[in-house]
Amino acid sequence: MRHTLVALVEDKPGVLNRVASLFRRRAFNIESLTVGHTEQPGLSRMTIVVDGDDIAIERLIAYLYKLVNVVHVEDLTHVPAVTRDLAMIKVAAPPETRTQVMQVVDVYRARIVDVTSQSLIIEVTGDEEKIESFVEVLRPLGILEMVRTGLLAMSRGGAPLYPPPNGNGNGHHAAASAD
Amino acid sequence: MMKRTGAQIVWETLMREGVEVVFGYPGGANLPIYDAMLDYPVRHVLVRHEQGAAHMADGYARASGKVGVAMATSGPGATNLVTGIATAMMDSSPVVFLTGQVVSKFIGYDAFQETDVTGITLPITKHNYLVTRVEELGDTLREAFYIARTGRPGPVLVDIAKDAQQNSTDWEYSDRPIQLRGYRPNRHPLSKQVEQALEMLSTARKPLILAGRGVLLSGAMRELREFAERAHVPVAVTLLGIGSFPASHPLSLGMMGMHGEAWVNQAIQESDLLLAFGMRFDDRVTGNLKTYAPNARKIHLDIDPAEINKNVRVDVGIVGDLRESLQTFLEHLPQMDHSDWVEHINTLKGESAVRDIQYLPPDGHLYAAHVIHDLWRYTGGNALVVTDVGQHQMWAAQYYRHDQPFQWITSGGLGTMGFGLPAAIGARIARPDAEVWAIVGDGGFQMTAAELSTAAQEGVKVNVAIINNGFLGMVRQWQEFFYDRRYAATPMRSPDFVKLAEAHGLTGLRVWRREEVFDAIQRARETDGTVVIDFRVEQEDSVYPMVPAGADLHNMIRRPVRNPLVETAQDEM
Ligand SMILES: Cc1ncc(C[n+]2csc(CCOP(=O)(O)OP(=O)(O)O)c2C)c(N)n1
Repeated sequence: MRHTLVALVEDKPGVLNRVASLFRRRAFNIESLTVGHTEQPGLSRMTIVVDGDDIAIERLIAYLYKLVNVVHVEDLTHVPAVTRDLAMIKVAAPPETRTQVMQVVDVYRARIVDVTSQSLIIEVTGDEEKIESFVEVLRPLGILEMVRTGLLAMSRGGAPLYPPPNGNGNGHHAAASAD
Repeated sequence: MMKRTGAQIVWETLMREGVEVVFGYPGGANLPIYDAMLDYPVRHVLVRHEQGAAHMADGYARASGKVGVAMATSGPGATNLVTGIATAMMDSSPVVFLTGQVVSKFIGYDAFQETDVTGITLPITKHNYLVTRVEELGDTLREAFYIARTGRPGPVLVDIAKDAQQNSTDWEYSDRPIQLRGYRPNRHPLSKQVEQALEMLSTARKPLILAGRGVLLSGAMRELREFAERAHVPVAVTLLGIGSFPASHPLSLGMMGMHGEAWVNQAIQESDLLLAFGMRFDDRVTGNLKTYAPNARKIHLDIDPAEINKNVRVDVGIVGDLRESLQTFLEHLPQMDHSDWVEHINTLKGESAVRDIQYLPPDGHLYAAHVIHDLWRYTGGNALVVTDVGQHQMWAAQYYRHDQPFQWITSGGLGTMGFGLPAAIGARIARPDAEVWAIVGDGGFQMTAAELSTAAQEGVKVNVAIINNGFLGMVRQWQEFFYDRRYAATPMRSPDFVKLAEAHGLTGLRVWRREEVFDAIQRARETDGTVVIDFRVEQEDSVYPMVPAGADLHNMIRRPVRNPLVETAQDEM
């Protein structure tokens, strides 16, 4: 099944390469990977969507901790979390279909961010399902180009994703028991 | 604060880290480091190929317990290190590699001898760095040593741009503790898990300890012994765990796995509890995972959390420094008795003896096992044995019995041919008082035989026992067993090894018959400088027992039982 991991990593050159290279070397398939700064200086945050059973993902997390620049990893798959994807879609919008396109944009609470006489660029955020259905509705109207960020995820509730300050090791201790 | 060049920072940091010897090869991109070297009290060993430098630094590290250091220039110098880096990685050997890199403003332009060495070595180092600014150099080097030797040890590479070596900065060595946000190895076991493990042990009837290199790396030999004796549990070792438990101890079983002793593998399959200490259930050790120790619950102790549940699902995984974990155990471990089980294993052992080549009547041939057995006898079991990779390596593991730790060095995880001679040179430099024997095959020896020249120039004495069977023996064996004896590309012609030794100004000897073995070993021991002995052994002998790759651990190919009387009669005809 698909897992959504978040990793706090040090903001140093080559870290993305190290993470991506680990996935390749250990034969895990990345579905999407996003990186950006966090509220903490020196730390970036990755959201990684990857396919694998629970045992494989447990192993993957342990491998991630082996990377010296990885500070903290969490699996948000089984916890309440908000996930978002952002897409920009360029659609054909000649006068004949323009109103139709704009109606769809309205229904999906998307935004038009660029207008020409023959096309529009639409920005939409939401969980993946919403974006997928939006794309399906637009498709017959003529999608010219599309770009997506891949998934971002954050767990619900007050506790932020911080590495334990005085944890034993990286806070990672491997599963206590197989069953 | 003092103005220092990057090259000076390199050497001052190395001095502060306690480095006494580096193995390397100069070139344009590390010339500033070499130039500055002359001002520091350090021994430099000029190798003949950078692979040799890597293996020497690795052998040095394994023999001394310190961090080894190897240096190379950029591009081809650095890429020549690769096999040695991967070897150190697979066997958790602490080595720091320093490579020169082109001037930082040329990086990315395919400059002369530019290679993306951090990219190339990313998957085969514990961590690596590219330093382009002299200001970062000092801290980076300290981190490199710290990462190499702590936690699960491993190789760390620092690639240093030439201008970072030449430029100066205000710098002073600082010994403030290193703090890395993402690197805090787990040293302390969780007591709850230790309790759980103790409970499992208390109900086990057929427990077995599997001891790996982690025992040696954490210095837990005494704790292991006390554990085994108090819990009355037999100990099997991995190839890299040889020496972690005395071979002559009544609870010692010997080596497990593909070429492990039959009774050891049988005992593993029959056990009801495996206590894995600092070993990682490599596929050469487990055979088919589906049928591996089917009735055994498993307790795994390792410093590296990623090893727990990697190959074998375990019931309890205890992450921590092995020595510390075993000490925690020993605080609560009662005296136990597993006499029935131990006796049962001894019966299995007795049944195996009939197939042991040592107990067969002499048939006039010189067998590799004889050579190694004699080497063990005539060196009193006290030699520091370094091997190459192949049949001779397995025979050395089987027939040279180690009672002491740190007397056995071999490339296990990567199985690197060409490792033996340079690693032996490194080991001897680490331990000048040790009697070092390199046991190598005729094939692997030739991969790095140029390092004989290094040994000669440096005046390093190692004794090289070439187990010369005229074949790439281990591959020939696979061809014999699994490819219908089609010996594709395995017969190997070699130069005259005696003359080769002599060409280097060293001593060479040749042995054809078992009666000559003792004399040759004695002469090698008494002769100054490196001695090469060309042991001409039976060409088509095979290593037994053997668990074919991926087969069940108990499905071993055994040495055929020969009828001694028939054999002798044939020989006389
Ligand atoms: C660098 C390298 N290349 C190839 C191999 C594959 N290999 C494993 S054992 C072996 C044969 C070794 O022959 P030799 O050195 O003569 O030793 P023997 O097995 O005869 O004792 C080979 C080719 C290897 N382990 N390492």
